[in-house]
Amino acid sequence: MKMVKSTLAILTTAAALGLSGMAHAGATLDAVKNKGFVQCGVSDGLPGFSYTDSKGDYKGIDVDVCRAVAAAVFGDSTKVRFTPLTAKERFTALQSGEIDVLSRNTTWTSSRDGGMGLIFAGVTYYDGQGFLVNKKLGVKSAKELDGATVCIQAGTTTELNLADYFRSNGMKFTPITYSTSDESAKSLEAGRCDVLTSDQSQLYAQRNKLSKPDDYVVLPEVISKEPLAPAVRRGDEDWLTVVKWSLFALVNAEELGLTSANVEAQAKDSKNPDVRRLLGADGEFGKDLKLPKDWAVQIVKQVGNYGEVFERNVGMGSDLKIKRGLNALWNAGGLQYAPPVR
Amino acid sequence: MQNVSKPSSPVRGSLLTDPQARSWLFQIVAVIAVVAFGWFLFTNTQANLANRGITSGFGFLNNTAGFGIPQHLIPYSEGDTYGRVFLVGLLNTLLVSVIGIFLATIIGFTVGVARLSNNWLLRKVATVYIETFRNIPPLLLIFFFYFAVLAPLPGPRQSLSLGEAFFVNNRGLYMPAPIADAGFLPGLIALLIAIVASVVVVRWARKRRHATGQRFPVLWTVLALLIGIPLLAALVFGRPLHWEVPELQGFNLRGGWVIIPELVSLALALSVYTAAFIGETVRGGIQAVSHGQTEAASSLGLRPGLTLRLVIIPQALRVIIPPLTNQYLNLMKNSSLGAAVGYPEMVALFAGTVLNQTGQAIETMAITMSVYLAISISISILMNWYNKRIALIER
Repeated sequence: MKMVKSTLAILTTAAALGLSGMAHAGATLDAVKNKGFVQCGVSDGLPGFSYTDSKGDYKGIDVDVCRAVAAAVFGDSTKVRFTPLTAKERFTALQSGEIDVLSRNTTWTSSRDGGMGLIFAGVTYYDGQGFLVNKKLGVKSAKELDGATVCIQAGTTTELNLADYFRSNGMKFTPITYSTSDESAKSLEAGRCDVLTSDQSQLYAQRNKLSKPDDYVVLPEVISKEPLAPAVRRGDEDWLTVVKWSLFALVNAEELGLTSANVEAQAKDSKNPDVRRLLGADGEFGKDLKLPKDWAVQIVKQVGNYGEVFERNVGMGSDLKIKRGLNALWNAGGLQYAPPVR
Repeated sequence: MQNVSKPSSPVRGSLLTDPQARSWLFQIVAVIAVVAFGWFLFTNTQANLANRGITSGFGFLNNTAGFGIPQHLIPYSEGDTYGRVFLVGLLNTLLVSVIGIFLATIIGFTVGVARLSNNWLLRKVATVYIETFRNIPPLLLIFFFYFAVLAPLPGPRQSLSLGEAFFVNNRGLYMPAPIADAGFLPGLIALLIAIVASVVVVRWARKRRHATGQRFPVLWTVLALLIGIPLLAALVFGRPLHWEVPELQGFNLRGGWVIIPELVSLALALSVYTAAFIGETVRGGIQAVSHGQTEAASSLGLRPGLTLRLVIIPQALRVIIPPLTNQYLNLMKNSSLGAAVGYPEMVALFAGTVLNQTGQAIETMAITMSVYLAISISISILMNWYNKRIALIER
């Protein structure tokens, strides 16, 4: 079924590329405004990043990025529709125009940025690849994994990092590749593989899904840089700018101490020029971005600032309990940094 | 148009009214239209790919793949190219298809014949088998065998072993691998010579028996040839090979050959599923042979087994082969479902991982589709040739 779907997606891309004329810059923003919602590609079930809760609503960091874009464009964070995609389907879906923005824990790499007809808008989450093993194996470090059988999700940077890591440490491994993260987790439980490798954030999420999470442990090593970033189609700068600045607004809001609770009051009363510019009280900065004047107010009011989004989905307010680490603001020892609004 | 349709030859009429010329004209117009549309698609796709900054072309086949593959029939390492990954995937697809076709044919013929057996129990068992397996989607069968094969097996450290040479655990079936020694090539040549010599002896003996009626101890001669010549070669040139026995090292068994559970589950599921259809095809083929043939054979004094083998099956094959070809093609195409359990075949490996790592969807899908087309056509040609060979020769 999944294969039929991805084959169909690919054939549609082929047809779209074969039959369509040329796109002009700004086409996506206009098209999104016309149809009245943002079509957003997300993961097919990854706690903390994008998953559906018991009520059937999408939740997660990746989901909130899309909601922020919708809030900026329409002033309404609910004007977004989600397309769940596997790792294999995601780029084709974006290339073919099936989705407007791909926000699906996707690692920003040079080949994806350059040769695939897409462009990344900014980092939502600084991640790194790690290993999840059964405690019974008695392994304390990834360096002890020589000869291990490793479960991976197909078509990810994880697959390549894994091979690089074992090769550079002179170790051997057998990869078993599945198309969804659920399948690889099931396989780890069945004992088909010794280790499951994925981005660290995902490992915690997957561990929680196992029937006995306490039997498994995440090894300390982080073997790669995985900056997870939303992507849009190449050659459409207006839309890229909208997505990029929706993201920057989240980070800037946290830095300026704006939260979903106080943002409306701050928009009226704040004397801080940085706050006034971001919230549209001074100047016409929204207009430059082809967005309404109160774009940032709507983002923060409806979605929250970056810190709120983080804590709610993957941080201490969630089941995953991931620390901020690299994802803290730059002035708090992390890497999250956004250019100023001015 | 006007200058060619001058009323110069009243018999043939104008180009538009002359039926032959007109049919040619329309054919040519149609061909030009199809070619032009194809050309438009091709150039427009290329222009759009270039516009959107998507790399195109087949150059990626020479790039380094950089990921591992659990089962490869040819040597493969992470430093090899995408082109090599393609070959690995192709061979894995062919491997599971060949195993599947072989098993499905054996099971299918057995079940088909059993359905017509006089034994009540055998007949019912065959019917239940067919009705069960042909009504379950093959993907579910693959999952069933995958988890049914995996779940009860122990981990590598508690492997079940047979004589400390064969091991079974949830990582697969491990067996000793032959490793070529100095005497390997001479040994191989000696074996080939022995086989050729045996064939010659068998033919000569048969000819002599037909001509003179004298018997020749064929079996002993052939055995002596097959064992004697390679043994002699081994004595002269040294041992041809030794066995590398798998050993537990760290997490897993190392060395030897391993059959991975993904292959086992996929091959089993495909053959069990397809065998149900082949069984029905075989039954239909046998029932298509008129009952008079059986009676005629009986009146000649042939036993039921011989009747089946010498009279019924050869005639039934003519009816069986064409639908059987379809089943073989289905099996080969269904092997792409292996992607679901992580078996590294064409679709999982090339149209999956490679597509995603390179982003060149159009090229990888085109290559994959042409490969399936090529394999299907080859099976078709082979089966058509066989069908022609066994067809009724009418004089």
